[in-house]
Amino acid sequence: MTDPPPTEVHDEPSAAPEHESRREPAITARSPWVLAGRRLLRDRVAIVCLVVIVLIVLLAVFAPLVASITGHGPNQQYRDTGLSPDGLPRAPSGEFWLGTDSLGRDILVRIAYGARISLLVGVVATALTVTIGVVVGLAAGYLGGVVDTILARVIDVVLSVPFLLVAIALVSIFGAGLLNTVLVIGAFSWASMARIVRGQVLSLREREFVEAARSMGASSARIMFVDILPNVLAQVIVYTTLLIPVVIVVQATLSFLGLGLPAPTADWGGMISEAQNYYTTSWWFVLFPGLALLATTLAFNLFGDGVRDAFDPRAEGLTRGWKG
Amino acid sequence: MRKVNVGSCLTRLHDLSAGSVVFDGRDITTLSRRQLRPVRRDIQMIFQDPYGSLNPRRRVGSIIGDPFAIHRSGARSTRKAQVQELMERVGLNPEHYNRFPAEFSGGQRQRIGVARALALNPRVLVCDEPVSALDVSIQAQIINLLVDLQAEFGLTLVFISHDLSVIRHVSDRVAVMYLGRIVETGRVQQLYELPRHPYTRALLSALPVADPDLADSQSGIVLTGDVPSPVFPPSGCRFHTRCPRAEQDCVQSEPVLAPVLDDLPDHETACHHPLAVGELLSDSQPSIADTQIQNRTDSGRKSR
Amino acid sequence: MLWFLLRRTFLGALVLWLITMGVFALFFVTPNNVARSLAGRQATPETIQLVEARLGLDQPIWKQYLDFVRNALHGDLGYDYYHQQPVTEIIVAALPITVSLAVGAAVLWMLLGVTNGVISAVRSGSFADRALTTFALFFYSMPTFLLGLLLLYFLYFQLTLSGYPFFPPGGYVPFTDDPYEWTRHMVLPWVTLALVLAATYTRLTRGSMLDVLGEDYIRTARSKGLRESRVVVVHGLRSALTPVVTQFGIDLGQLVGGVVVTETVFSMPGLGKTAIDAINRQDLPVILGIVLFASAAVVVANILVDLAYAMLDPRVRLH
Repeated sequence: MTDPPPTEVHDEPSAAPEHESRREPAITARSPWVLAGRRLLRDRVAIVCLVVIVLIVLLAVFAPLVASITGHGPNQQYRDTGLSPDGLPRAPSGEFWLGTDSLGRDILVRIAYGARISLLVGVVATALTVTIGVVVGLAAGYLGGVVDTILARVIDVVLSVPFLLVAIALVSIFGAGLLNTVLVIGAFSWASMARIVRGQVLSLREREFVEAARSMGASSARIMFVDILPNVLAQVIVYTTLLIPVVIVVQATLSFLGLGLPAPTADWGGMISEAQNYYTTSWWFVLFPGLALLATTLAFNLFGDGVRDAFDPRAEGLTRGWKG
Repeated sequence: MRKVNVGSCLTRLHDLSAGSVVFDGRDITTLSRRQLRPVRRDIQMIFQDPYGSLNPRRRVGSIIGDPFAIHRSGARSTRKAQVQELMERVGLNPEHYNRFPAEFSGGQRQRIGVARALALNPRVLVCDEPVSALDVSIQAQIINLLVDLQAEFGLTLVFISHDLSVIRHVSDRVAVMYLGRIVETGRVQQLYELPRHPYTRALLSALPVADPDLADSQSGIVLTGDVPSPVFPPSGCRFHTRCPRAEQDCVQSEPVLAPVLDDLPDHETACHHPLAVGELLSDSQPSIADTQIQNRTDSGRKSR
Repeated sequence: MLWFLLRRTFLGALVLWLITMGVFALFFVTPNNVARSLAGRQATPETIQLVEARLGLDQPIWKQYLDFVRNALHGDLGYDYYHQQPVTEIIVAALPITVSLAVGAAVLWMLLGVTNGVISAVRSGSFADRALTTFALFFYSMPTFLLGLLLLYFLYFQLTLSGYPFFPPGGYVPFTDDPYEWTRHMVLPWVTLALVLAATYTRLTRGSMLDVLGEDYIRTARSKGLRESRVVVVHGLRSALTPVVTQFGIDLGQLVGGVVVTETVFSMPGLGKTAIDAINRQDLPVILGIVLFASAAVVVANILVDLAYAMLDPRVRLH
C-alpha cells in the first residue's frame, strides 16, 4: 500500500498568494470580449467599415442639418429649380448636389432622411428577431421535452414559410408602416437564430457547470440566462451584426415592391423604386440611393465578417429566403 | 446515455430509478425542485472535471458568489468580501476575483469549485472524483485541502473515487461498488486488511506496493472477461461472470449485504462465498490496466 | 428508409396544415373589401352581398376553411376572384417561368460559388482568396433589385444605345416557342439571381473545404502520391459538399415557390410576380394557393436534402 501523496507541494501559484501578486503586480481581467475587441481593432477592413457605419449614422442623426445646409426640405418639391423644362429630374449641380428626383426633390436630403428609416428598421427589427430567437432557442434547448418538441416544430414551420411572399401579403393587409414592417420582419426571421442557439444550448446543457448550477438549486431561468446565455453570446453577436444588413435589405425590398412607408416619407428602397422608370434618362436618381444602400449593407457585412473572425465561431447560412 | 452515478443521485441531480436518499432522517428522494432548495444548501457537490464545472464565460468572483445569489443569502454589498474570504480560505489569491476560469490551472480551478461548494456552510460535501482529472502532484494539495476543511467546518465528505490510495487516506468508512451495487462496506482498516469480497480482494491486489519483498507475496490478481453492460447486468451476483469463486448459486440468487462470520457488525459483504481471513484468490497473469478500467464506480466513504 | 419517408411526409403535411391555418386566419379574418371593389363603385349593398355569396365570403370562417382544405386535398385550390380561373391553372401557367429562372440561376451560382469557394480554400490567404471573398461579399451585400436595375441599365440600356441590342428589357418567351428568345430573355435574370446567391456558396464551400483539407485522410491521399487536383476534387470536395447541398436544397426550394424580386424587376409573370399582383388585388385564393405551393416546395426540398445527405455521407442514418 502506498503512502498518501506528500502534503505540501508549492508548485501552484495560488498556494502562495503573496508571492504571486508580487510577480504579477497588475491583475488585468482580460475577458473574452476584450480579447475579441482587440482582435477586431487590429482588423483594418473592419475599422474602415465601422467608420463608414458611423458616418451613415451621423448622416441619419444630422439629417435636419443636411436639410438646412442645402436649404431644401426632404419632401419639398422644387418644380421650378428642381425639374428641367420637360419635367425631368435635374442632374447634380451646385444647387442640388446629388440631383433631384422626378418630383424635383433634393436627393441628398432624401438620402439623409432615408438613412434614418433604414437604420431604425435595421436595428429595431434585428433586436426583435434576436430577442425572440435567443429566448426560443434557450427554452427549446434547455427545457427540452415537450417544450422542445413544440418549439422545434414551430421553427420548422416558420422556416418553411415563403418569407418574402408572406411579408408582402401581411404588410399589404395591415398597412405599410414602420411598426408593421418591424413586426413582420421580426415575426418571420427569428427561426434561424433560434435554431442556431438551440443547437448550441443542446451541447452546453450537458456541461458540468450547468450540473453544478443545478446542484446549487439554481432555477431553470437562472441557468438559461446567467449560465448558458453568456456562452452563446459570441455567436449571437456575430449573427446580429450579420443580420442587420439583411434586415435593411428586406426593408428596402418591401419599399421597392411598393410596401414601404407611405409617401412622401423618404426611404432608400422607395426612392430606387421611383427611380426605376427614369434610369434611362437620370442615372443619378437610381445611382445615389442605390450607392447609399449598398455602402450601408456592405459596411455592415464586412464589419460582421470582422466580428466573426474576432470571435471565430463557425458560419452558417442565415439567408434562407431573403433573396430572390 | 448520460452517465448517472451515485454522486449525482445523492444530490438529486438525477432521479433515482430505485432506492431512496435519506438526509437527516428525511427522505429527499421525491422532493420537488422547490422543496429541494433548502436541502441543497446542506448538500453541496464538488465535480470531477475542474475545466467543465466552471462556466468559462463568467468571472471567478461571480461563480463563487453563485450560491449566495441563488439562495439570496447575505447582502449584495458584502458579497464580494464573503467571496474573497472564501477564496482566501481555499488558498486562492482574493485579488483574482475578476479573473476568468481559463486563467487558472487545474488545481486552482478545483479550489474554485471547493470555495463555491463551501459558500453556504453545507453539512455534506459530495466529491465526485474530485482529483482524478488533476496531475498527481496537485492531487495531494486538493485532498489535503478537503481534509483540512472537513475538520474546520465539521463536514461529512462523500468521496467517490477509483483511486484506492486516496480513499485509504481520506476515508473512515468505505463502500466498494461493482456494476452499481455495493459489494462490500466497512471501516477503512478492516476492509483494506481483511477484504471479504473477491472483487475487493482483486482490487486491492492491483495496488502497487512500496516494499519489494511484500510485492512478491501479493501478486496481482487478474480478473478475466469484459465488464458486463450496467444496463443489462448479469443475473444473481453481478460479479459471477468474472469471479474465480463463482458457483451455481451465484448465478441464481443475488447475495445481500451482511456481516461475514465474526466480522464487526459494520463490515458487511454481499457474497455467497466470501474469502476467509488471509485467503488468496486463485489467479492468472497480472494486469493492472485491466482492473483500473473496471473500477469506475467504486466508492469510498468518510464520515465523522 | 421507408419509415423515414413516411415520417417526414407526415411532418411535412403537418407543417403545411399549420401554414394554411395561419394564412387563412390572417387573410380571411382581417376585414377586406374584395366584394365591394369587385362589385364596382356604384354597387348597392344588395349587389355586394350577391358578390359575397358567389365568392363564398358570406359563409362562416371555419366553413370556408374546411371547404378549402377539402378541395385542396382533391387538388382544387379554388378560383380567382376576378376571372374565375382555377388557381391550379394559374400556378401551372406561372410555374415554368419561375422554374426556368430558378434552375438556370442555380446552375450558374453553383458553378460560380463552388468553384470560387474551392479556389479560395486551396489558395487560402492568397490574393485570389481575398479577391474572390470580397467579390462574393460585394454581391452578397447587393440588394437583388438594385443589381437587376444596374444590369438593365448597363447591359440593356447602354448596350442598346451603343447599337448592340442583345438583351431585352424584360419579359418572358416560352422555351417551346423559341429557344433562342427564351435564352435571350433569361440571361440577365439568371445572372442577377446567381450573383446575389453565389456568395453564400463561396463562403460555405470555402469554410467546409478548409475543414476537410485539414483532415488526416487528405494527408493520406497526398502521401499516396495522388495529384493535388485529384486530392482536392475527388477526396476533398465530396465531403465538403454536404453543407453546400443543404443550403442548395433550401434555396432552390424557396425560389421555386416564387422569385419575387427578380421576376418583378424583369417583368416576368412567374409565381412571384403573380403573387404580388394577387396581393395588390387582394385575390385571396391565388395568394393562399401560391403560399401553399411555395411552402410545399420548401418542405419537399428539405426531405430531398436529407436524402441527398444520406447518399453523400454514408455515416448519416435516416431516422
